[in-house]
Amino acid sequence: MVAGNPLPFKPDQGTAMPLLHAGFLEYMQNYFALFQLPQQFELDLTQLDSQYRKLQAEVHPDKFVSASPAERMHSMQMATLANEAYQTLKHPTARARYLLQLQGITTDEENNTAMPADFLMAQMEWREAIDDAKYSKDIAALDTLLKDMRAQATTLQQQVATEIETAPTLAALTVRKLRFIDKVSEDVNQLIAQLED
Amino acid sequence: MALLQISEPGQSPAPHQHKLAIGIDLGTTNSLVATVRSGMSTVLHDEHGHALLPSVVRYLNDAVIVGHEAQAAQSQDPVNTIVSVKRFMGRALHDITDRAHIPYHFVENDSSQGMLELKTRAGLKSPVEISAEILKTLKARAEKALGGELTGAVITVPAYFDDAQRQATKDAARLAGLHVLRLLNEPTAAAVAYGLDNAAEGVYVIYDLGGGTFDISILRLSKGVFEVLATNGDSALGGDDFDHRIYCWVLDQVRSKTKDFKPLTEEDTRLLLTKSRQAKEWLTDNHEANIVCKLSNGALVDETLTDSQFVALTEHLVIKTLSPTRKAMRDAGLNIAEIKGVVLVGGATRMPHIRHAVQAFFEQEPLTNLDPDKVVALGAAIQANVLAGNRSDEELLLLDVTPLSLGLETMGGLVEKVIPRNSTLPIARAQDFTTYKDGQTAMAIHVVQGERELVSDCRSLARFELRGIPPMAAGAARIRVTFQVDADGLLSVSAREQTSGIEANITVKPSYGLSEDQISGMLKDSFGAAESDKQARMLREAVVDAQRLVEAIQAALAEDGETLLSADERQQINAHIDTLLALCQGDDSQAVKQATEALNHATEAFAAKRMDASVQKALAGKNLDSLEL
Repeated sequence: MVAGNPLPFKPDQGTAMPLLHAGFLEYMQNYFALFQLPQQFELDLTQLDSQYRKLQAEVHPDKFVSASPAERMHSMQMATLANEAYQTLKHPTARARYLLQLQGITTDEENNTAMPADFLMAQMEWREAIDDAKYSKDIAALDTLLKDMRAQATTLQQQVATEIETAPTLAALTVRKLRFIDKVSEDVNQLIAQLED
Repeated sequence: MALLQISEPGQSPAPHQHKLAIGIDLGTTNSLVATVRSGMSTVLHDEHGHALLPSVVRYLNDAVIVGHEAQAAQSQDPVNTIVSVKRFMGRALHDITDRAHIPYHFVENDSSQGMLELKTRAGLKSPVEISAEILKTLKARAEKALGGELTGAVITVPAYFDDAQRQATKDAARLAGLHVLRLLNEPTAAAVAYGLDNAAEGVYVIYDLGGGTFDISILRLSKGVFEVLATNGDSALGGDDFDHRIYCWVLDQVRSKTKDFKPLTEEDTRLLLTKSRQAKEWLTDNHEANIVCKLSNGALVDETLTDSQFVALTEHLVIKTLSPTRKAMRDAGLNIAEIKGVVLVGGATRMPHIRHAVQAFFEQEPLTNLDPDKVVALGAAIQANVLAGNRSDEELLLLDVTPLSLGLETMGGLVEKVIPRNSTLPIARAQDFTTYKDGQTAMAIHVVQGERELVSDCRSLARFELRGIPPMAAGAARIRVTFQVDADGLLSVSAREQTSGIEANITVKPSYGLSEDQISGMLKDSFGAAESDKQARMLREAVVDAQRLVEAIQAALAEDGETLLSADERQQINAHIDTLLALCQGDDSQAVKQATEALNHATEAFAAKRMDASVQKALAGKNLDSLEL
């Protein structure tokens, strides 16, 4: 027998478990419909929060502690779905990706790494700045970088909002850019945590 | 035996019957039990009026003593008197770094992966069994005070407890005969008690330094919803470590003054540790503490420790709590100005230099208007009351998170994270993996918990092997590994090969936990070994489970039976209920189990319909125009 440790299979985002089954209504297959919110990038986050809380207040496992095992299982599945849906809609990159997915467009973030030259240049400058800050242990500089990245991400989010409606292929590229920035931001946050220790 | 109240089939159970539910704070140093009486969360006292039960268990030849009496004996009988057992929950011997200073006889479990054990005069004891003794004592206290059989308990755990530590706690409750309604994170419990008491709204930080664990949790409180935004901590840092610093200091002083100082006996170690703890507590309100005692070798200890010396000795421990604090703030994406209040929890937060450090960090005076020793138990009782289904005026919803990232080992000893830390529970994630060798037919799945990139830096939770993968070229197989964390924060993992359609599902228990066999063995020991006892216990457990299910289904039928089911469907379910109740009168535990399973199965569709109805109810009344997309 040949045994061994696993290799990631085209590592992508952890995908949600298939949680829905025949008994559930069709509108629940769409996160926007689940929360009864319009299917678009512009989102009232306060409303999303409030709808999410209302839903969890009804379906959370805490409400089913003394219920039958069958009901506890359904509660666990619905609460898991509500969490997945909420996280997806709450984060702009995930929301944009999801909207494209609903249109049948995959953003293919792990395999398609082709980027316009100017974007790549900006990335390289960030990476250099991060390395500099790392060696000089300059947390303030890293915080400034994070702010820059957030500003750039906000611009891209405004762009993707219209692209999703008018030019989905362009939107897919913008999502890839956003994912890029998210990743660098995560790295910077990790680096700051390391430096603070 | 007072069984759950069962009504005749077709009748609904008494609607407002008050269930007896308790909250237990199973602490490193002290444990407490609380309940909600007349709408007020109250800590229950023992017959001497003590609220705090020292978490100390002493094994005699034929008896077990828990609490104050055991604590009083710890210096004479250190090996058989176990204090701070919580530090050993779900831990292997190599995890206990300072065991040279702990006067116990540790034994490595036969499988080197397993939880450590302690050798006492009553035999080998696992930390789970020792904790179960503490829980049994609290259970007895509650039953006496409340005058009836308990519906269930909420037991608190440090937010930063990993999967093995949580599972060990749940196993201990089972051994103690407690029905666990939920494992609740200690800082979240404290937030509930504090938040409801003060009608608090906004973002609050809970800084919880207990006897052996440190947690920091950041929560958003809004209209009865307690949403944990981030949590962090150190499950091996607490008040005990401050005692230990004093102990080491005293030892250094005595050594430097005594020629040919002989090694301490176990009794001396325990005595000095106790004196150190007393000195720490004294320094909360005084500027210096005297540590005076006589060691067994005749050496006299007479030292004076000033508060500034104490601060200098323990400064690094205080700083050690600030690093998780900063990380939690960063994960929550918040800055200091956005924090409405900081609540101090745990007896160790009485130390003035802790308070000063917290105040300096958050630039505001921490809130201390609830007793830091009791607030966790009070919050747990409130949640227990809600979970047991007793009507509560306030709507209460707790949305907690997983404290540590969960992932699995990939080639090269690297960790692939599947569920990131601070994910709201419950959560399920699936990720695909593949083979790296041609013809590979098995895959080693190694589940780990932690933030680091290398497997060797993370905690190993479980290992299992997926076998029977059809031979394929390297990289062709698609193995979907699914992680699921429930509302107790407990993980299960399964794996399945996708391309061939061959399924192999495995659900794992942490390797640092106890096996089902070990628990059964312990249960058998605690109930007496006779076969007839075992049978009787199995029957009793099966009947209690059956009646719990019947009660749940009757409540559901009373609520929605008329609207969601046809007369025929109701009749079918009622027939199952009748069969089950009839079997409960007999003595065939296997038949009761099967009929319970059958009843549950028969209500599957009803359960699904009820869930749909709940979802619709949740969002009903919302502007339906928004649905026209």
